[in-house]
Amino acid sequence: MSSHPVPRVDSSEELALRSGEDVVRLRQAVRERAVGVGFSLVDQTKIVTAASELGRNTIQYGGGGKARIEVVANGTRRGVRLEFVDEGPGIADLALAMKDGYTTGGGLGLGLSGAKRLSDEFKIDSAPGQGTRVSIIRWKPY
Amino acid sequence: MERIPILRMGRFLLVTIQVDMHDQLALTLQDDLTQRIVSDRAKGVLIDISSLDVVDSFIGRMISNIAGMSRVLDAQTVVVGMRPAVAITLVELGLDLAGVRTALNVEKGMALLQGAQS
Repeated sequence: MSSHPVPRVDSSEELALRSGEDVVRLRQAVRERAVGVGFSLVDQTKIVTAASELGRNTIQYGGGGKARIEVVANGTRRGVRLEFVDEGPGIADLALAMKDGYTTGGGLGLGLSGAKRLSDEFKIDSAPGQGTRVSIIRWKPY
Repeated sequence: MERIPILRMGRFLLVTIQVDMHDQLALTLQDDLTQRIVSDRAKGVLIDISSLDVVDSFIGRMISNIAGMSRVLDAQTVVVGMRPAVAITLVELGLDLAGVRTALNVEKGMALLQGAQS
């Protein structure tokens, strides 16, 4: 997306996503980073919740994968960037997958659309047989 | 197996969720509560989520499921203690927990359950 300059990465860590316990660890790790950046309680809660949704998707639909948690900066602005990568079956119709209430897994269908609403920047790349890569950024407001 | 404890207080069941639940733990709680409503002939369920700093769509669905299942088993569910940041996030996520009774704290939740009995 050309409207978003590539942010500087200040720190980065990677977590495997295989089980429900990994999602709990992911939530805790994202919370730590968000606190470190100085997010308000509401902003912490939003990015941790988005992480939980996307982490579960990676496991449930992608067959597992990994999450990267980064503290990023854009000038003096700081934020948390999360990337979720799996090598699962991929998504054929991204527009449909982004719709509220659409699910192929018996959930509420709020994972992708909800995570997008909880983020400032949202990007998804996926194609059948190519796996899925989702990245989000939440910036600390000035 | 790891479980969330369910306490009994008269005709009501009381659950305080104090750990960051993984999905299986949430499903186990849902099953356990449904069983206990029947075996204890409970008329109400009070779920205290004041320790939870995140409620995502999975936990939200569990809460709605418990409320729905208890309703068809002739019991009421009240969810209490939701943190403001959780409430803000939940609504933005797209969940409003329609059909779930809520109260600000345990005391008000118990009053709601007791009021429903008289």
